[in-house]
Amino acid sequence: MKPLGLLYAALMYLFILLPVAVLVLFSFQSGRLPVPPFNGPSLKWYAAVFADRKLMAALGNSAVIALISSALAVAMGFLAAYGLARYNLPAKGVQRALITAPLTVSTLIIGLGLLMLFNALGLPRSLFTVGIGHVVINLPLCFAILYSAMGDHQINIERAARDLGASEIRVLTLVTVPMLAPALLAAFFLSVTFSWDEFIITFLLARFEVTLPVEIWSMLRTGLNPKTNAVGALVFLVSAASVIALELTVLRKWGRK
Amino acid sequence: MQRPNRPGQILALPALVWTLACFVLPLCVMLAVSLWTRTPQGIEHTWTMANYAAFFAKAAYFQGLTNSLEITAIVTVLSVVLAYPFAWILAFQVPERWQRAALLAAILPFWTSYVVRSYSWLLVLSKNGVLNRTLALVDAGPLDIAASRTATVTGFVHFFVMLLTLTIYANLKQLPPNYARAAADLGASRFQTFRHIILPLTLPGIMVGGFLTFVLTLGDYITPQILGGNNELVLPQIIMLQISRRADFPVASALSLILMVVITLAYLAVARWLKSDRV
Repeated sequence: MKPLGLLYAALMYLFILLPVAVLVLFSFQSGRLPVPPFNGPSLKWYAAVFADRKLMAALGNSAVIALISSALAVAMGFLAAYGLARYNLPAKGVQRALITAPLTVSTLIIGLGLLMLFNALGLPRSLFTVGIGHVVINLPLCFAILYSAMGDHQINIERAARDLGASEIRVLTLVTVPMLAPALLAAFFLSVTFSWDEFIITFLLARFEVTLPVEIWSMLRTGLNPKTNAVGALVFLVSAASVIALELTVLRKWGRK
Repeated sequence: MQRPNRPGQILALPALVWTLACFVLPLCVMLAVSLWTRTPQGIEHTWTMANYAAFFAKAAYFQGLTNSLEITAIVTVLSVVLAYPFAWILAFQVPERWQRAALLAAILPFWTSYVVRSYSWLLVLSKNGVLNRTLALVDAGPLDIAASRTATVTGFVHFFVMLLTLTIYANLKQLPPNYARAAADLGASRFQTFRHIILPLTLPGIMVGGFLTFVLTLGDYITPQILGGNNELVLPQIIMLQISRRADFPVASALSLILMVVITLAYLAVARWLKSDRV
C-alpha cells in the first residue's frame, strides 16, 4: 500500500470506529459519567442493565415483533413474488410498483399515516399496531429480494414437477420453497435486522409496551449515562457477532460459488 | 404462458390487499386530514388549503425545509467525497486476501442500533467528551459541537460513508481491469483514465448511493433530534413537534405530504438521469 493511501485509510477507520470504541470502553466506566478520564473497569452498569425490568421487557417485545412481523412479511412477499414471476398477470408492472412503493416513502410518513388511520378506526395503540407498521416496511423489502431471486432456471424444474403430476401447492412447497431457501433466509434475516432497529414507527404506534430502540430513546433523556453505553454495547456486540458469524459461515460459501 | 392466471392472482392478493389497506389508505387519510383544521374544540372537518398556505407563510415551517435540504446536500456531498477514495483504497490497494476483512471492519458500526450510533457521537462531541479532552491535551479547544448542525452532519456522514463505501467498492470491483490498461496504452495519464473511464463507469452507482443518502437523510428524525438539539430544526422534527406538543394532525399531515413530494421529485430526477445518461 502507498503511504498516502495508508494514512487516508487509517483516518477513515478512526472516524468510523471511534464512536463505537468510545461507547464500548465507557460502558466499563465505574464513575457516573461516560466521559474521560476512564476509571474502571467495572461491570456494574451491565448488572444495572440486566436488573432493569423495563429494558428486559422491551428486549422481549423487540424479539417477538421482529420475528412475527418478518415471518408475515416473508410469507406474503414470497406468495406475491411467485404469483407475479410465474403467471402472466394483468397490469403486472402496476402490481409490482404498488407492493414496492412503501420503500420510497419515509418511515416517518408511513407511521404518521397509520397512526391517523388507527385513530380514525378507534384502534388503540399497542404492540399489535406496532407489528402492523413493521410488516408495512418489511413487506416491500422481502418482496423485492424474493422477486429478484425467482430465476428462469427454476421454471423448468417447476414445470417438470407439474408434468409429473404435482399439484400447484405441492410445486410451491416441495420445489420452489426449498430451491429459494437461501433467498428466503436472507429476506427473513434482513427483515429481522430492520425490524430490530426500527424506531420511528414504533415510537408513533406504541403506547405502554415498547421495543428496545424506543426504551433506549427514553433513557437518553437523562443525558450521558454509562448504563446507556452498556445497553448500546450489548446491542452492538450481539449484532456484530451475528454478522461475523454469518460472514464466516453462509456468506463465505456463497462468495466461493 | 397458457396456464390460467387465477391461482397466481390469488397468491399475490394478500400482499396487494395489505399494501392497499396499510399503506395507500393511510396516505389517503393523511391527505384528507391535511385539508382539515385543528381548533381548540377538536378537528374541524371543513376543506381548506390553509395548512399548505401556512407552510409558505410561516417562516418556521419553511425554514425547516431549507434546513433539511441544506443538511442533506452537505451530507450527501461529504459522504460521496469521503467514501470514494476509501472504497478505491480498499478495492485496489489492500491485498486481495485481506479485502473482505478490511471491508467488514469498515462497515462494522453499520450494524449498531441507529439510536445508539447517534448517542455514541454525543459521547465523542459533548463538552467533556473524548474530542475536547484530547484537544485539551494539546491546549486547544474546547469546541462546542454537540447540539449543533455540525454534530448532526457528523452523525449522518458517519452512517452514509459506510453505506457508500460498500456500494462504491462493489462498483469498482466490477470494472474490467482491461479498460484502465487500454487507456494507459493509448497514452492517458492516470488522472485522465480516472476522469474519462473509471468515474463515468462508477457514476450510476454513486448516483444510486447518493440518492439513498439523500432520501434517508431528508426523512430522518433521530439523528437531528439527538445530535442537533433544538437548534435549526429540520422538517421531520417540526412534524413531530406538531404531534407531540400541539396534537395538530392537520398541519403535521400537510408538512409530511410536502416532504413526500420533495422526495418523490428527487426520485424522478435521479430515475430520469439514470435512464438518459447510461449508455
